[in-house]
Amino acid sequence: MIDFLNAIVALSNFVLIPAISYGSQLALGALGVTLIYGILRFSNFAHGDTMAFGAMATILFTWWLQGLGVSLGPLPTALLALPIGIAITALFLLGTDRLVYQFYRRQKAAPVILVIVSMGVMFVMNGVVRFIIGVDDQRFADGERFIISARDFREMTGLAEGLALRTSTVITVITAVLVVALLFWFLNKTRTGKSMRAFSDNEDLALLSGINPERVVAITWIIVAALATVAGVLYGLDKSFKPFTYFQLLLPIFAAAIVGGLGSPIGAIAGGFVIAFSEVTVTYAFRKVLGYLMPESLQPDGLVQLLSTDYKFAVSFAILIIVLLIRPTGLFRGKAV
Amino acid sequence: MKHLLAATAASALMASAASAEDVKLGVFLGFTGPIESLVAEMGPAAEFAIEEANASDKFLGGASVSSVRADTTCVDAGAATAAAERLITADGVAGIVGGDCSGVTGAALQNVALPNGMVMISPSATSPGLSHNNNEDNGLFFRTAPSDARQGVVMTEVLMDQDIMEVAVTYTNNDYGKGLADSFQAAFEAAGGTVTISAAHEDGKADYSAEVGALAAAGGQRLVVAGYVDQGGAGIVRAALDTGAFDTFHFPDGMIGTALSDTFGDEIDGSSGQHPSPSDELAAAFTTLVDGAFDSTSPFAPESYDAAALLLLAMQAAGSADPAEYAGKVMDVANAPGEPIGVGELDKAFEILAAGGEVDYVGASGVELIGPGEAAGNYREITVESGSIETVQFR
Repeated sequence: MIDFLNAIVALSNFVLIPAISYGSQLALGALGVTLIYGILRFSNFAHGDTMAFGAMATILFTWWLQGLGVSLGPLPTALLALPIGIAITALFLLGTDRLVYQFYRRQKAAPVILVIVSMGVMFVMNGVVRFIIGVDDQRFADGERFIISARDFREMTGLAEGLALRTSTVITVITAVLVVALLFWFLNKTRTGKSMRAFSDNEDLALLSGINPERVVAITWIIVAALATVAGVLYGLDKSFKPFTYFQLLLPIFAAAIVGGLGSPIGAIAGGFVIAFSEVTVTYAFRKVLGYLMPESLQPDGLVQLLSTDYKFAVSFAILIIVLLIRPTGLFRGKAV
Repeated sequence: MKHLLAATAASALMASAASAEDVKLGVFLGFTGPIESLVAEMGPAAEFAIEEANASDKFLGGASVSSVRADTTCVDAGAATAAAERLITADGVAGIVGGDCSGVTGAALQNVALPNGMVMISPSATSPGLSHNNNEDNGLFFRTAPSDARQGVVMTEVLMDQDIMEVAVTYTNNDYGKGLADSFQAAFEAAGGTVTISAAHEDGKADYSAEVGALAAAGGQRLVVAGYVDQGGAGIVRAALDTGAFDTFHFPDGMIGTALSDTFGDEIDGSSGQHPSPSDELAAAFTTLVDGAFDSTSPFAPESYDAAALLLLAMQAAGSADPAEYAGKVMDVANAPGEPIGVGELDKAFEILAAGGEVDYVGASGVELIGPGEAAGNYREITVESGSIETVQFR
């Protein structure tokens, strides 16, 4: 019985909890990508760097608050700075839209051109972020680090394995749930949300029924700014903020959005968790867990690791390719890619 | 035109007249490229030893020494080879201090120094691949920096002395990390220890929980982090602490710095480590001698001084600036027996050697050349106590 508990705890500590928080962050990122794909009809390669921009704006404001001595007690101050980060990012995205995307939209440019344009935007944003905050790791997390630390857990339960629950992990999951609930309520219940979905389903019909396209576009960018900033800040709180890592995050985010079905919000969430869980479980060494579960004679000598952790990104790509081959519209029937 | 010809002829005459007594040393370092900030101190350090020889009138019966700089670029083997070629054929140097990075040093050694029979003493190339065993160098290549293979052995001793027989290893995925992890694993297992896993990590990631998951599953009394303190190494330590996978660590040179204690404080109490470092007395003596001419504590600056000094001492011992004659003397002047020679004592050493005596050069980094003509290295063993890095001893 104790062995069984130890196995569960080890598995939760190294697989379930990291995968759930990583999955939530991916899901929030993928939601932004999928919204842009559904409504503006292109794959936004600048999304990773939008997350970095949002996180940067929030961090700068967090530092200002910390300088003033404002804090949220056990919670990170960044949560307080989040709304302002979102507002700045929204203005930035609206400005980008005015300056760049609007021109191509008026020209009725093909989606593939918009993809290339977004790549250009990506490099510019990348540069802006690095220019403002620098290329190094930035620390902005404060408040209590742990809800329960591995050492405390071991002492409390007397188990051999520890279970660490970090504040940032819990905040990540709670915020993700709240944001997703809010987004779905907005898309399904409000008039603006409905007009956005109408615009996504059939642009011409939506225009005929009097929906103002510029307004839909603007609201989409604002929502995307909110999603990207929240995802970026949560990722930064949970891991660490470094502009370059957000650029790398683009790959699993797109994999998540495509696996779930581009254009489908539920798909984006499911995709995020599928990618996160496969990345973590496939590269986890199960020796310890199996060691607890198996009788002594059957205990494994090797690490029981399917793939070395070097191949983490390869896992998301493998899933991406399999899904594209077998079910190009994704798990939740998004738009064909 | 006449003037120009005359001037050229005159200067050619002067040059040839000068070369009879003038010994040129090549200072072959990466004045541009990734380690240019280090070379900014290493170059002056090598030239400092040359100045010291000039101040003495006993070197090769009163010959003067001059230095010629050439750029290795640290990364471009082609450019480094061309620069070394120039040093030997055009400038006619009698010995080379350099190169700096392991890759370009190997290229210049193979393509230029060996065919021309030129002696090279590198102050900073640490790749185990440059050792004599793997690299037929006709006894022409030496280094005042220890090979990374040596650190693997020292690391094993440090851990074994603490009765640690089972460790997990993670290394940054490049030549440094892989080389160090491999040499450590070989030394540790040869000494009877067990390496439960040796896994690479990539620098510049935000999340190392998957890597730490694998390391934790493999287990071990301590986690050896052969990485960089301002890169993935710190991320691994953070994730390992957060998940409770490991409480204590062992840090090789890339992980030791103020950033380590600043970031983790007393969370890593009880961890151990080592890095190449001359003892405090040697460092203080060198700093006094240099007196602010350059930063004497900059990495590899003492080694650069020693590399130039060794070349000069070997020449003096052989009584000749011909590489073929003095190459065999480098080991003699570097090691016992003989009168110990500290920094600033080149004049004294020249005198002893001229009289047919023997010297044991200690210099700024405590030079002791072992087996394949490379420094044994002095390592500072450290431990982390209440959040600060403390010296245990020098090995």
